[in-house]
Amino acid sequence: MKPYHISIDGQAVPYQPGQTIMEAATAAGIYIPHLCHNPEFKPHGSCKLCTVKVNGRSAAACTMPAGEGQEIQNNTPELNATRRAITRMLFVEGNHICPGCEKTGNCQLQAVGYYVGMLDTHYPHFFPTRRVDASHPDVMLDLDRCIVCELCVRASRDVDGKNVFGLAGRGLQTRLVVNSASGLLKDTDFSAGDKAAQVCPVGAILIKRKGYEVPIGERIFDHHTIGEVSLEHDQAVLGADHG
Amino acid sequence: MPLSDADLVHLRTIVARHGGEPTELLQILREVQAYLHHVPHEAMVFLYEVLQVPPAQIQGVVEFYSFLSTTPRGHYDLRVSDSITDQMLGSRALAADLCERLGVRLGETRADGAVSVDYTSCTGMCEQGPAGLVNGLALTRLDRARIGRIAELVEAGAPLEAWPEEFFAVADNVHKPGLLLENGFEPGAALAKLFERGRDATFAELEQSGLRGRGGAGFNTAWKWRFCYEGPDEDSFCPMDKRSEVQRFVICNADEGEPGTFKDRVLLNSHAHRVFEGMTVCAALVGAKRGFLYLRGEYLHLYQPLLAVLEERRRLGLLGQTIQGREGFDFDIKIHLGAGAYICGEESALIESLEGKRGNPRNRPPYPVTHGYLGQPTVVNNVETFLSAAMIALHGGAWFAAHGTEKSKGSKILSISGDCARPGIYEYPFGTTVAEILADCGASDPFGAQVGGPSGTFISDKEFGRKLAFEDLATGGSFIVFGQGRDPLEVARNFTHFFAHESCGFCTPCRVGTALLRNIHDKICAGHGTPYDLAELADLGKIIKGASHCGLGQTAANPILTTLERYPGLYEARLKETVFQPGFDLDGALEVSRRLTGRDDAHAHLEQANQ
Ligand SMILES: Cc1cc2nc3c(=O)[nH]c(=O)nc-3n(C[C@H](O)[C@H](O)[C@H](O)COP(=O)(O)O)c2cc1C
Ligand code: SF4
Ligand code: SF4
Ligand code: FES
Repeated sequence: MKPYHISIDGQAVPYQPGQTIMEAATAAGIYIPHLCHNPEFKPHGSCKLCTVKVNGRSAAACTMPAGEGQEIQNNTPELNATRRAITRMLFVEGNHICPGCEKTGNCQLQAVGYYVGMLDTHYPHFFPTRRVDASHPDVMLDLDRCIVCELCVRASRDVDGKNVFGLAGRGLQTRLVVNSASGLLKDTDFSAGDKAAQVCPVGAILIKRKGYEVPIGERIFDHHTIGEVSLEHDQAVLGADHG
Repeated sequence: MPLSDADLVHLRTIVARHGGEPTELLQILREVQAYLHHVPHEAMVFLYEVLQVPPAQIQGVVEFYSFLSTTPRGHYDLRVSDSITDQMLGSRALAADLCERLGVRLGETRADGAVSVDYTSCTGMCEQGPAGLVNGLALTRLDRARIGRIAELVEAGAPLEAWPEEFFAVADNVHKPGLLLENGFEPGAALAKLFERGRDATFAELEQSGLRGRGGAGFNTAWKWRFCYEGPDEDSFCPMDKRSEVQRFVICNADEGEPGTFKDRVLLNSHAHRVFEGMTVCAALVGAKRGFLYLRGEYLHLYQPLLAVLEERRRLGLLGQTIQGREGFDFDIKIHLGAGAYICGEESALIESLEGKRGNPRNRPPYPVTHGYLGQPTVVNNVETFLSAAMIALHGGAWFAAHGTEKSKGSKILSISGDCARPGIYEYPFGTTVAEILADCGASDPFGAQVGGPSGTFISDKEFGRKLAFEDLATGGSFIVFGQGRDPLEVARNFTHFFAHESCGFCTPCRVGTALLRNIHDKICAGHGTPYDLAELADLGKIIKGASHCGLGQTAANPILTTLERYPGLYEARLKETVFQPGFDLDGALEVSRRLTGRDDAHAHLEQANQ
């Protein structure tokens, strides 16, 4: 096969036609921060954390196809500042209570925060009033931390074949809703074993009776950066796809 | 509130009228809203059962569009346009007056369910404002007297048919016709010419004309149509006659949501034949059988007249089967109404909306021209673009290209509003200077103009020599004049609120960023800003521009960035001298308690803010 290449921060990176920039970067061991993307699902392009510059123009690496002649900037001070701002926006949009959150230490939003050097939330908080749905026997939905990445929407629809979630509202009021006549999780066929119950990058979908299982010091991001964890996961998925 | 049997029968009729098609969801929901004054939970459950559309999708759609609501609106649902031009004409005082007369709070529905009053984004009546809507129908030239009369009619329960006709009168106000509007047009003439010349020669005329899209971005129209005709890459392997079997669609974008734009309204009101003929020419060239006119909900008053034009064209053999006797040339057009969402003017969001979904812009590539409506090759063009295409098909490419500039051929129709003596419609060859336009519309000594609407460019009085053209000032058609005494900060504030209100919410930088911009800008306008906040505005603006998913987010900071650049002194004059100020007003936070306790004495106030 004819070798195709793009350049990421000056490094030649091979790609196959049809691959996104994110996929090519992942295969080459280059981490591009992301939250709404997970190679197990169709790319979505909504969080914009993966914003890179392609020949000087901004693009989301997770949805942008790799193509000949692309000079891509990824790890630059300017782009990292943009990512820090976006991460902060996600924090102030919801109610994030990191120290007390059951997901703390295993939360991707928090880990991205470490990665981009975020020391405070900087912007004024919106303190939204959001509902907790504890109706389901095994799973709890605490939307205070939902970042509307739609990973659960995609997982439930495309993998579980159940279509349990959807989005409603517009603008800052955009929110996750449950696909049942009552709007409650208990009235769906959702189960804790669903893919959608596992994919939430933050502490919005929580399995009940499992809180704080892992002691501080042994949590995922106590020892690894999101870059390492993410590359390992994403490469495994991509490898499985191709193998 | 369980639905009555009569309600259920009615809902069933609505669904049946739309063939029970899930793509018709938005159209169905509009009618449910009109009938029940909201879309109650029970109606969503009902639709979920009959349409087999998941409840979350129905809820998602209802909550996305401004003209649909999950809680009851009044039987008279009044909305006052909150566009900057309406504000300049006193709309806010009129809205307050209306609320007071009716005893209802803005944004709320009166307890007896009779009436609700709210603001709405630009209704496209900028040159005959202050404007509003009642149950979706346009109200123009509001003033104290009309507001008083409206309140009486509401209290008397008078049906809208009994309201004075002049309240609903929408004028064209064409002050300066040019290349397109000066020349007459016989329905069918462009199509006849097309068949006389043949497809390839007509394509060549279109190419020669240099026509670029009139919706703002200015993409070459001939190229767009050719891409659509040639189809997606995966099809390019199959022979041309096979490719012609692909379903294609032609969509006319009449969403016209950019504040200050109303020229498409006039074109559809008085020149609909040309617009539909342009769509039919396009269909003939690209091989489409079905077309849509996506008409913004604010132009509900045009819906019936446009249906009548379509019917007439069918009668004339210009739409439907075997058009103009050409075997195999079948094409028809359907009108889809929007429901109050500026983002649905963005072409891929428009297509989502046509498919009965929330108006979220899609990821690109692929582009609509290869993967549009139902994933099929689709042309989306502005109303004026189709009208121009019809005129080019009739008069030829050279006729058109003889006007305008090197990179912007032909003419541009402008909607002019704001501080000028003769607001309305003007048509100019590209290359005309702002100064000339200002003189024509009777703008005496303005301090600036907004060209291209909030997403366009603000130009100060030092820049009036600039030219209307894609090379300099591109515009979809909005041209708002600001006279001396207007405050650029208030203008920027109105636009910034508009964007925050209209962000679809799909991507983080726009969803959160526009709300942050709005809050910080408000803070400065309220006199609580600091130099730090100014720096923050500039910084945030840059980030939102660079990282947003679509044109809305990418331009949302323009009003702030361009006014900051031109009037730094005005911004600085509003600042507190301290380096940091809290974003909220401690005393203001006590307002609710004061209302609840009925106290407003000195001890019920804090001194904090005014030292
Ligand atoms: C937020 C947003 C709103 C838009 N609104 C409109 C509109 O109301 N009418 C329109 O023709 N184009 C609008 N556009 C541009 C369309 O996406 C598209 O470019 C245009 O319809 C193409 O037609 P043209 O090639 O004839 O200009 C909008 C774009 C954005 C990003
Ligand atoms: S619940 Fe979790 S996975 Fe679902 S949209 Fe919210 S953050 Fe994403
Ligand atoms: S830029 Fe704004 S309007 Fe456009 S997709 Fe993003 S959130 Fe939606
Ligand atoms: S990871 Fe690409 S936009 Fe979210």
